[in-house]
This record gives sequence, structure tokens and C-alpha cells, in this order.
Amino acid sequence: MNEQTVAADTVVAGSANAGVPAASTSPALEVAGLWKSFGDLQVLRGIDLTVAEHEVVCLIGSSGSGKSTLLRCINLLEPIDAGRIIVEGNEITAPGVNVNRIRRRIGIVFQSFNLFPHMSVLSNVTLAPRKALGMSKVQAAAEATALLERFGLADKRNEYPDRLSGGQQQRVAIVRALAMKPDLLLLDEITSALDPELVAEVLNVIRELGRGGMTMVIATHEMGFARDIASRVCFLDQGTILEQGSPSDIFSRPREARTQQFLQRIIEAGRL
Amino acid sequence: MSVVGPHGPFGNRRPLDSGESLRSSGPPPARKRFDSAAAKSSSIALVSSVVVFTVLAFIVVNAPGWPSVQQYFLNEHWFWYSLPKIVDAFGVNVRLFCTAEVLILVLGLLIAVMRSLPGPVFFPVRLIATIYADIFRALPSLLIIFILGFGIPGLGIAGVPTDPFLYAVVALTLVYSAYVSEVYRAGIESIHPSQEAAARSLGLNRFQSLRYVIVPQAVRRVIPPLLNDFIGLQKDTVLVSSIGVVEAFRESQIIEGAKFNSTPYMALALIFIVITIPLARFTDWLVARDRRRFAASAR
Ligand SMILES: Nc1ncnc2c1ncn2[C@@H]1O[C@H](COP(=O)(O)OP(=O)(O)O)[C@@H](O)[C@H]1O
Ligand SMILES: [Mg+2]
Repeated sequence: MNEQTVAADTVVAGSANAGVPAASTSPALEVAGLWKSFGDLQVLRGIDLTVAEHEVVCLIGSSGSGKSTLLRCINLLEPIDAGRIIVEGNEITAPGVNVNRIRRRIGIVFQSFNLFPHMSVLSNVTLAPRKALGMSKVQAAAEATALLERFGLADKRNEYPDRLSGGQQQRVAIVRALAMKPDLLLLDEITSALDPELVAEVLNVIRELGRGGMTMVIATHEMGFARDIASRVCFLDQGTILEQGSPSDIFSRPREARTQQFLQRIIEAGRL
Repeated sequence: MSVVGPHGPFGNRRPLDSGESLRSSGPPPARKRFDSAAAKSSSIALVSSVVVFTVLAFIVVNAPGWPSVQQYFLNEHWFWYSLPKIVDAFGVNVRLFCTAEVLILVLGLLIAVMRSLPGPVFFPVRLIATIYADIFRALPSLLIIFILGFGIPGLGIAGVPTDPFLYAVVALTLVYSAYVSEVYRAGIESIHPSQEAAARSLGLNRFQSLRYVIVPQAVRRVIPPLLNDFIGLQKDTVLVSSIGVVEAFRESQIIEGAKFNSTPYMALALIFIVITIPLARFTDWLVARDRRRFAASAR
């Protein structure tokens, strides 16, 4: 009970602080006081995050800082210990909500693609629209084909995933998520498993989505990419958002010592 | 061009292209040495097999009891007399096998899916499925065939069928679906959780992700072990002779009883060998193929 009240206060405070222009609609996503542990390990320790519609938020932070866990919690793939997640004004962490309906509106793309290996590209893309949205086979195929064409994958529609390059597989995974017409897209280090020469083709897809106004939360190690695409960058450290701001603030004038150290390490690794 | 080729008769059968013949003056062909070693080892295997089997045959044929064994188990006349009758009766085994197999595939999958449902809500379902699998794996098939085949009709309830074939099907289905459910379950558990996460994240519910994503992949993986279980089932069909189903084993017993000769059992043995060995080879081939595929796709 007490927890709920505290959380509710944080929501108000959080949205007031975020500096997002007060639109008539609610923000695309609000996370308030989110805690998550695995056994004794506290992975997320009070995350507050507000994402406005059409905003692209990049999550950066060293490996193990909780980026993937945060994204999985937002998509309700992990049960949370405390806090609230509100998507377009509806609290999705409230008891009794239909998680399947929520997930249809939130797309997620994983580092390891996770395509269905026993299905053709087309079936990978049409499965959820057909089975979860009840779309007809013909309509699902037509929409999927249009999306595949848009991302240069039309000639791969009948291939199986193991016949595709990593970059192609990841683009199919993005198309598969987009086929559900999500309001919010979560991307978890989607280029980390790719050979360097394949990274650009995938990032270009995301850039195009960003230009199209897709609301996205992106965990990434590609700092150059984060710098050009992000409306806001959040630095995660030990399960909290230690610092957030515009890309130029975070990358050029980080305030926190730990952010500076992290960026220093990235620069030394030659990734910025 | 020589027909045999440069690597000898057991060597590289790939037709030589001109590039390869041009390179024949290059470094010493390591493959050639390997091939002649392989040819040598296969001729050793041949010689040693011939020697071993000749010695064994010599010992058996010269054993003091051989003439009577030959008379009672390997009698040519009774062999040809009984073979068509047993082949005929084997039709019952085949019918039993095929009916039970279909039911086993369905029931086994159902039990496996019941055991795979997560969360506290499904605890009773998991419990029932677990008890089922435990009990029917613990009991010998013959015992279940007896209990069902004699017990249920013995109750004398009006309208309860008495056809032993029916009880034979039910008994074998109960026993083997318990085994097969374990095979399926291992298959389901071998599918990486990220597949389910991907399916659920797209808004498919738990059942849909099992139905369209997890189970189809699991079934493909378990085909070889399933075939192994079916070899066992094929052989266990003879057990139902105990409740009065006249199948191939019972038919052999009948002939033996009438003619005082055991050759019919050898005829039946031959039928099983002819049926089972190709299936066993096929299963081995599938296993080997899957292993190669896995090795090729693992990164
Ligand atoms: N399912 C899990 N069970 C136990 N520990 C986990 C699990 N998932 C993540 N963790 C742990 O949580 C921490 C944060 O992981 P993660 O969210 O993957 O970080 P990041 O994506 O920033 O690298 C790590 O220490 C990781 O080992
Ligand atoms: Mg991660």
C-alpha cells in the first residue's frame, strides 16, 4: 500500500522533471520506482524514466548495469518487484491486465535475433499478426511483404533464417516486431552480435524508423549511433539512471564521475 | 584416364578436374597415404570376420546337441509351413502397432505439454501428468496388459467391451505414452528460452507459443529417439498374446503345440529382424545427420 503511494508520487515528480512539453496525450511510457532483483542480486534499484511520443531514448552503461533487464521488464517478460509501468496512460503493471494485449503494442528486438528457425521469413513475420491479432493470412502476407520490401528483404521472404546473414536476420527480427504495429519499440543491443560490416545496415533501419517518428528505447554500445539518433541519453549505473540528458550533454559534458569513466573506457576501446 | 584413378579403388571417387591433374606434381598427397591405410584396415576387418564366423559356425555345428537343435528350431519343412501363417498373424501386430502408435504420439505430447505448463496455477495439471508418467514407466508392460485385459472385463459391468485387442491397444498406449512424453519433454526443454521470450514478446499467449514455436521445433528434434521407442513398441506387441490376442507370437505357439516343433519361433524372429533392422539403421542415420547439422549450425 505504502509502496503504491510512494510510487504514485514519483510518477508525478518524474514527469514534471523530465522537461517534456505538456502534451494533451499522456507520455508513451512512464516507468516509476522500478525495482527488480534476481535472487539476492538487485539489478534495478528504483528506475524512473519517462518517454514522450516520438522520442528516441538511448540507454548506455557498462555490461551488467541492467539495460536488458529494464527492457524486458517494460515488455513484461520479467515480473517486477516494485514500481509501476504506464504505457499511454494505462498502468500495465496493475493486477489483472492482459499481458498479451500489452505486449502486442510494445515490440522488442533482441541482441540474438531469436527468429523462429523452423519458419520462413514470411511466416516469422506473419505469425503474430495472424495468431495474436487474428489478421487473415492474405492480409498478413500482404502487409509483411510490404514491410520486407521497405527494408530490402523482399527477395528473402521464402528463405529460412539459417540462410540469411546476421544483418539480414536482425532486419527480419525488426520487421517481425514492426508487423504488430507497435506504439513503442524496445531494442536491446541489436548490433552486438553482428560482424562489424553488417552493423550499418541494421542501424540505418533504426535511423529510418526514428525519422518516421517511432517511439523507441534503445540499449546500445554504439555511441556514435546513440549520439545521432537519440533525443535523450540515459546512463545506467548499478541499477539506477545515474545521469540523463541530450546526447551533447552526456557525451561532451558528462557531470557524473562514473559517466566520465564509462565514456573514457569507451573512447579507449575506440568506439566513440 | 584410368578407371580406378590415382587413389586406388577405395579412394577419392570425385572425378578429377583438370586443375587437380595439373597439380599432381605438387606436394606429396597426404590423402593417398590415408586411403591406402583405410583399404588395408578394411581388408583386415574382412579377414578377421571370416575367421571368427567360420570358427563359431564350426563350434556350433559340431556341438553334441546340434542335430536335435537343428531338427526342432531350424527345420526347413516347418519353416516354410509356418511362415505364411505367421506372416498372416503378424498383420495383427502391425494393426496393433499402428493404432497404438498414433494414440501414443497424441497422448504423449499431451502429457508432455501438461508437464511443461509453468506457474502455480498449473500445478495440479503438472502433478497429474507427472504421476501418470511415473506410474506407467514404473510398471512392466506385461503387468498392465494383464491388469487391463483380465481385470476390466472381469468386473462384468454390462456394456464394457470384452475384445482383448482393445485392451491391448489401451495398455500399450498407456505404457508407451509415458515414455514418449518424456522424450517430448526433453525436446521441449531443449528449445532455448529465448524462443519463448520472442514468441511471448510478440503477444502470443503461452499456449500459442507452445503450439506454433516451441513444439514444432521440439518434435523435429525428437524424431530419432521417438523412432527408438517405436522399435521397442513393435517388439512389445507380442506381449498381448498373454490376454488372448491371436497375433504372430500366439500363432507360433499354436503351431508349435500342434506340430511339436519350434521352428515357427525362428520364422517369427526372422520377420522381426527384417522389419526392425531397417528402422534401426534409419534411426541411426537420422541421429548422425542431426549431429552433423548441429555441428554445422553451432557457432
Ligand atoms: N535471468 C536472470 N537471472 C539471474 N541474473 C540475471 C538474469 N538476467 C540478468 N541477470 C543479471 O542481472 C544483471 C544485469 O543484467 P543485464 O540486464 O543483462 O545487463 P546489461 O544488459 O546492461 O548488460 C547482470 O548481473 C546479470 O548477470
Ligand atoms: Mg544486455
